[in-house]
Amino acid sequence: MDTVIHNSIHVLLAFGLAPLLLGITNKTKAAFGGRVGPPVLQLYYDLAKLFRKGSVFSTTTTWMFCAGPVVGLVTSAICVLLLPLAGGSAPISFLGDPIMLVYLLGLGRFFTASAALDTGSPFEGMGAAREVTFACLAEPAFVLGLLVLARLSDSFQLSTMLGTSLATYWSSAGASLALVLVSWSIILLTENCRIPFDDPNTHLELTMIHEVMVLDHSGPALGMILYGAALKLFIFGALIVRLVFPPTSSGLLDWPLLAVGLLGVAIGLGVVESTMARLRLTHIPLFLVAACLLSGFGVILLLR
Amino acid sequence: MFQIFDVLIIVAVALNFMALGVSRIRGVINAVALQGVLLGIFPLFIHSELGLRGFALMAVAVILKGRVIPAFLIEAIREADIRHEVQPIVSFITSLLLGALGTALALVFSSTLPLTTEHTSLLLVPASFSTVWTGFLMLTTRRKAIMQVLGFLILENGILLFGLLLLEAMPFLVEAGVLLDLFTGVFVMGIIIHHISREFSSISTDDLSELKE
Repeated sequence: MDTVIHNSIHVLLAFGLAPLLLGITNKTKAAFGGRVGPPVLQLYYDLAKLFRKGSVFSTTTTWMFCAGPVVGLVTSAICVLLLPLAGGSAPISFLGDPIMLVYLLGLGRFFTASAALDTGSPFEGMGAAREVTFACLAEPAFVLGLLVLARLSDSFQLSTMLGTSLATYWSSAGASLALVLVSWSIILLTENCRIPFDDPNTHLELTMIHEVMVLDHSGPALGMILYGAALKLFIFGALIVRLVFPPTSSGLLDWPLLAVGLLGVAIGLGVVESTMARLRLTHIPLFLVAACLLSGFGVILLLR
Repeated sequence: MFQIFDVLIIVAVALNFMALGVSRIRGVINAVALQGVLLGIFPLFIHSELGLRGFALMAVAVILKGRVIPAFLIEAIREADIRHEVQPIVSFITSLLLGALGTALALVFSSTLPLTTEHTSLLLVPASFSTVWTGFLMLTTRRKAIMQVLGFLILENGILLFGLLLLEAMPFLVEAGVLLDLFTGVFVMGIIIHHISREFSSISTDDLSELKE
C-alpha cells in the first residue's frame, strides 16, 4: 500500500508540476528585471494551446522529424520514473539503472539532433553540432558524479545510491559530494540550456544552441519538446535536491522537502540567469571540462 | 573538524583551477587573493593554541594577501594600461587538464611519502604539491609579466600550505621573513611592470627574449 501511495505521488508530482518550475524561474527573472512577467502557469497555457493546434511538416523531412519530439519526451518521461524522488525507491528500479538513465538522456538527445539535421536547415545543423559537442563534455561529468555515489554506497542502483545512507556520507566524504554537487549544478545549467551556457529566450539563430534545433517544429510536436524540456529540468533539479537533502526514513515527509528543494532550485536558476551574462561560445567547453575535473577529483578523493 | 578542513583545502585547490581557467586577469587576481585569505586562516584549524604572535602573523598574512597585494596588482593593471585578457601560450583547456594531471600525480606521489601518521590522512600535502605545480604552470605558460607575479604568488601559497605541517616547529621569524620577501617581490615586480610598460608598448614577456645593445 505504501508503495502505491508513493508511486502515485511520484507520478502526479513529476508530471504535473514539472512545467511549474520554469514558470517560477521566469517569475524570478521578471522580478529581478523589475517586470511583472508571465504568470507562473504560463507553460501550462502554452502547452494547452500547442496541443490544440495543427502541425506543419516540411516536404523535405522524413519520419525522423516526427520521431525527434516523441522520443525526446518518452525518454525524459522514463527517466523521471527511474529517479528516486522521495521515500523508498523509484517506480522503476533495478540493478544498473544509472546506466539506463544516462543512455536514455543520450538517446533523447540523439533523436532531437537527428530531427534537427533532418530538416536540412543549416541553422539547425549548426545547433545540433553545438548541442552534441557540449553534451559529450557534459556526460562524463554526470557519469563521474554517479560513480562517486556508486562508490560511496557500494551499489549500482539509483534508489540505494541516493538513499537514506547519503546523509552519513555527507559527514564522512562531504568533500567528494560537494564537488559532485558543484559539477552537477553546471550540468543542470548546460543540459537545460540556461544562461550562462545558452539563452532560452534568445531570438538570434546564430547564438542559439538548443532553441535552434526545434525551430521547424510546430503544434503538438513543439508542445512535446517544451514539456520534455520541463521534465528534463525536473530530473536534474530532483537529482540535486536529493543529493543535498538525502531522504529521511520517515517516508511521506520527504515529499514536502523535495517540493521546497525544487522551489529553491527554480528560484536559484532565476537568480543565476538574472545576475550572470552569457558565456562566449568558445568558453563553454572550458566550464564543462572544469565540471568533469570536479567530478573526477571527487572520484580520486574516494579512491585515495 | 578535519572534515571542514578537508573541504576548505579542496576549495583552495579548486581556486588553483579557477586561476588556470579564468580568462580575465582580474579574475585570476581574485582567485589568488581568495586563496591567500583561505590559507591565512588555515592555522586556526590545525593548531588549537596559536598565541598572540600566531594571531598577529595570521592577521598580517590575510591582510597582505587578501587586500594589499591584490589592490597593488589591480593598480598596476590600471597604471600600465594592461589589456584584461590573460593570453596563455597553451590554451585554457590544456592548462586545466595539465593542472588536473598535476593534482592527480600529487595525490599519488604524496601517498608514497613517509609522512607522520597524523599527516597522512590530511589532504594538505597533495594540495600543497598541486598548488606548487599550478604556480609553475602559471609561471611558464602565461605571456604577461603580471601573470608571472600571480604564478609566483600561487607558488608561495603552495609552499605555505606545506609549511602549515611544520607550524609548531617553524619559527615565526621565518614565516614573517617569507611574507616580507613576498611583499618585496610583488613590489619589485610591480615597479618592473611599470617600467616595461613605459619603455615598450606591451608587457608581453616574449619581447624580453632578445637582448640588444
